[in-house]
Amino acid sequence: MGSSMIIGQYVPGNSFIHRLDPRTKITIIFFFVLIVFFANSVMSYGLLTLFAVGSAVSTRIPAPYLIKGLLPVWFLIVFTFILHLFVTKEGEVLFTIFSFDFYTGGIIQGLAISLRFFLLILVTSLLTLTTTPIEITDAIEGMLGPLKKIRFPVHELALMMSISLRFIPTLMQETEKISKAQASRGVDFRTGSFKDRIKAVVPLLVPLFVSAFKRAEELAMAMEARGYQGGEGRTKLRELRIGKLDTYTYILFILLVIGLFLTRA
Amino acid sequence: MSYFIEFRDVSFRYREDQPWVLKDVSFHVQSDEWLAIIGHNGSGKSTIAKLMNGLLLPQKGEILVDGVQVTEDTIWEIRKKVGMVFQNPDNQFVGTTVKDDVAFGMENHGLPRKLMVERIQTSLAAVGMSDYVAHEPHRLSGGQKQRVAIASVLAVAPQLIILDEATAMLDPKGRLEIMETIRNVQEDQDLSLLTITHDLQEVVKADRVIVMNQGSKWLEGTPRDVFSEKDKLRNIGLDTPFVTKLAAELSAAGLPIQREPLNHQELLEDLWTLHSKM
Repeated sequence: MGSSMIIGQYVPGNSFIHRLDPRTKITIIFFFVLIVFFANSVMSYGLLTLFAVGSAVSTRIPAPYLIKGLLPVWFLIVFTFILHLFVTKEGEVLFTIFSFDFYTGGIIQGLAISLRFFLLILVTSLLTLTTTPIEITDAIEGMLGPLKKIRFPVHELALMMSISLRFIPTLMQETEKISKAQASRGVDFRTGSFKDRIKAVVPLLVPLFVSAFKRAEELAMAMEARGYQGGEGRTKLRELRIGKLDTYTYILFILLVIGLFLTRA
Repeated sequence: MSYFIEFRDVSFRYREDQPWVLKDVSFHVQSDEWLAIIGHNGSGKSTIAKLMNGLLLPQKGEILVDGVQVTEDTIWEIRKKVGMVFQNPDNQFVGTTVKDDVAFGMENHGLPRKLMVERIQTSLAAVGMSDYVAHEPHRLSGGQKQRVAIASVLAVAPQLIILDEATAMLDPKGRLEIMETIRNVQEDQDLSLLTITHDLQEVVKADRVIVMNQGSKWLEGTPRDVFSEKDKLRNIGLDTPFVTKLAAELSAAGLPIQREPLNHQELLEDLWTLHSKM
């Protein structure tokens, strides 16, 4: 397990979208998801597709990574299309197979919904592809900031997330070590019935949990020794800053929204 | 002469129904000195470290750090002055990258961002880790992680650094790396150093050594003084360095070795000048 291990889907880069403030990205994606449902004409869909595909291309992330993000939902997209093909009975009959009529409305509707899905997934996957998990954590901390007023533990939540991220590789290495140690003592993880294999996981999980708790205790002590006393009076090294780039992005997005409503049928 | 840290008849136990871990321990650490505390498991040496920055508070006696008594109210100020490096390199790495980890202590103490950026550079340079600023912890060796831990402590600009068995989990190479780093840091900066270990090799460079046994201060002196009590050390289960053992065998064989050698160099000097003295 070397440098190749990257948590999440982040693909390093220096594109304009990579450099955007993560809060900007989350905000834009949130509103994009909303406005996708307002599109109802060829022009309006075209505009949204142009925006989504244009953004994806501008990240300079190789296509295989983008496709990998779409794979889990590929089935859903195709399924929706087929469903509409059979269920929607609007417009003219286009052709008949085995005495079953296919309507133009079904095809159009199916295409539209599938396209919606595709756009949603593409745009949301751009967030995880261009933003490191720690940046997302910072953005969440920043955006949930107002909740501090009602005593929601925003800082603690963000710290928990970042410590979890930091310990994922450590615990994975540990799991590997324990599984090797147990295998050398004769635990068989690969063969046997499903029930046997589930049972074999127990001698893996118990030591892992014990060591994780021990780590947590030591980490807490180390944090305290380094002066950690909660979020109050704390300064931050990683700073989020809304820059010119973010302003341009917002303007572009507002133009998109205006364009969308002008081109709606 | 002012002491940076002073223990006055300190006793400590973890719970009321348990025996004392420390019994009436008194000692001091001077400014700019390197003090080593040795003792084997359960001798109370790690407890001493945790008492120094208020991770634990004593039941009896008092502890003064820079003239201020360690209490619930003063621990946050004291933790700025006393930095600590622990045994397990993984379990004290808080940040997701080297840079973030070095910043963690500074963030806690509320230092302005500009100063943090500066100090990350200087403290990583001091431990020779400048090329690893953006590395994640799982891409570093144990020795490198410990060096980052030292840098994190240095960044807060403490007056004393405690290394609580900081080399115990490292391989020989990592151990050497850390000892080298510590020596450089202590030479370059105005700080006191307290190393806690059960490895006698690590104390030869210290100014003063305290040997702990069963919760009490058992022996105190320069490394040379301490090593000359080899039989006593062996009795409480501490192994003396090879050179010390060799010197003992040589004098038993009839060679008059004058001083207690601390390293190979010194023994060699004694041996080749031996004839001219006889």
